[in-house]
Amino acid sequence: MIRRILRRLLLADLFEGLWVTFRNQHPRNIYTEQYPLEKPQVAERYRGAPRLNIHPESGETLCISCNLCAIVCPENLIVVGWERDARNRKQLTTFTYDLSRCMFCGLCEDACPVDALELTQDFELASYTREGAIWDRQMLEEGPRPTEYTQ
Amino acid sequence: MSAAFLDSTELTLNMGPQHPSTHGVLRVILKLDGERVISTECVIGYLHRGVEKIGESRTYAMFAPYVDRMDYISAVSNGLGYCLGVEKLLSVEATPRAQVVRVILTELNRIANHLIWLGTHALDIGAITPLFYTMREREEVLKIFEKYCGARLTTHAFRIGGLQYQLYEGFEKDIAAFCGTFPSRLDEYESLLTGNRIWVDRLKGVGILTAKDCMELGVTGPLLRAAGVAWDVRKALPYSGYEQYDFEIPTCATGDTLDRYTVRMQEMRQSVRIIQQALGRIPDGPIIAKVPKVIKPPSGEVYVSVEAPKGELGYFIVSDGTLNPYRVHVRPPSFLNLQSLERMAKGALVADVVAIIGTIDIVLGEVDR
Repeated sequence: MIRRILRRLLLADLFEGLWVTFRNQHPRNIYTEQYPLEKPQVAERYRGAPRLNIHPESGETLCISCNLCAIVCPENLIVVGWERDARNRKQLTTFTYDLSRCMFCGLCEDACPVDALELTQDFELASYTREGAIWDRQMLEEGPRPTEYTQ
Repeated sequence: MSAAFLDSTELTLNMGPQHPSTHGVLRVILKLDGERVISTECVIGYLHRGVEKIGESRTYAMFAPYVDRMDYISAVSNGLGYCLGVEKLLSVEATPRAQVVRVILTELNRIANHLIWLGTHALDIGAITPLFYTMREREEVLKIFEKYCGARLTTHAFRIGGLQYQLYEGFEKDIAAFCGTFPSRLDEYESLLTGNRIWVDRLKGVGILTAKDCMELGVTGPLLRAAGVAWDVRKALPYSGYEQYDFEIPTCATGDTLDRYTVRMQEMRQSVRIIQQALGRIPDGPIIAKVPKVIKPPSGEVYVSVEAPKGELGYFIVSDGTLNPYRVHVRPPSFLNLQSLERMAKGALVADVVAIIGTIDIVLGEVDR
């Protein structure tokens, strides 16, 4: 009882709280990320910008135009274009991916049977125009083109 | 001479939708008599996206990412409820390995949810410090989510029948490390708040909601437990193997704002207990049960509820035997708990309304859907 009154009189609870804040000022406890200056390392499985993988040596696309990603996409934002070649095999012609509607659920990535479509660790996806968010096949294979400015 | 100019007139005050302490786009029309609240009226719908309607035009697997976007603070619990519902419709059960991992992730999500609640609630009351510390701990949980499934907030971690992703290397180590340090962090928050006289004076006796009120309004979760009713879906209707874990349901007696704070703090400790038990018993085996590639459940209807961090989260799914659900109805805990605002705020001070909205722990994405 006396202990409690003394604690109240001496504001012990407030000082205990202050001690916590004081302890957390130690430089070891700083958690701030200097984001634009230091790019954070996101996890390996991070679902970010899409990429259409190409064969590292021949440079040919891995996509077999099976259209499964377009079927499974909840937002219907993938459009796969193909034509039949002389041997009646599907050849990929166009691949459009509308990032402005994408919610990065990863269903297209899961559906791809040949690991051609992949969501990568790139997360800086801002663009100056709405059209810039619609990625064509070249952008998906090579990454976004840098914006060119005119005076 | 008449004293008509001395008569008090009712004052109508709009709180929100751009008020920082309404936790989103909630608008509350307050009728005031001086500083006292006579009545409140909630205006909701500013964040309505028609998620339930979207479900009718998507296949069962396609709709799973959308449920994450209702209660985006605890997306994993939402995903679990939906997946359990479709699994029940299909009469399949997740594999044992998937069930244990689901328990671990949902309990981590409960901690993350309560941490953001604690930080913002304390911020509303005027204690800024806990927000920085709770966000730091939440970051550790989100890092685990990011490493496991590639997203931090709208995780889409579960699939119908189990899991999509294998556990990453160091999954158990990361979570064990978090569970090791987290209880001492909780002690830090408690030394900042629990004993603090300003905090206690500000919360004690504010927004009392009795057990009878809770039952009349359909209020569940920590609000109901703070009123003394030990109702927890994890214990009452166990799912995902919750009956194998040893944990307690924290309850309090009076049902005021301080009790709800106590209940949630205890719940975080219980979640750590569950995670520690689950970590030791992750069985080997497949992560996803045999589910057909094209999910076409037989016609019928099913109701499944899980204990989300905010209360009982239910999914009522009607199937007509086609690829898309005929109807997906969600019983969101935030929406039903918000109805208790009127009863709690009556006669309270305007400043207490802020505390009461904070203590209900609402997410407007889930209220409006």
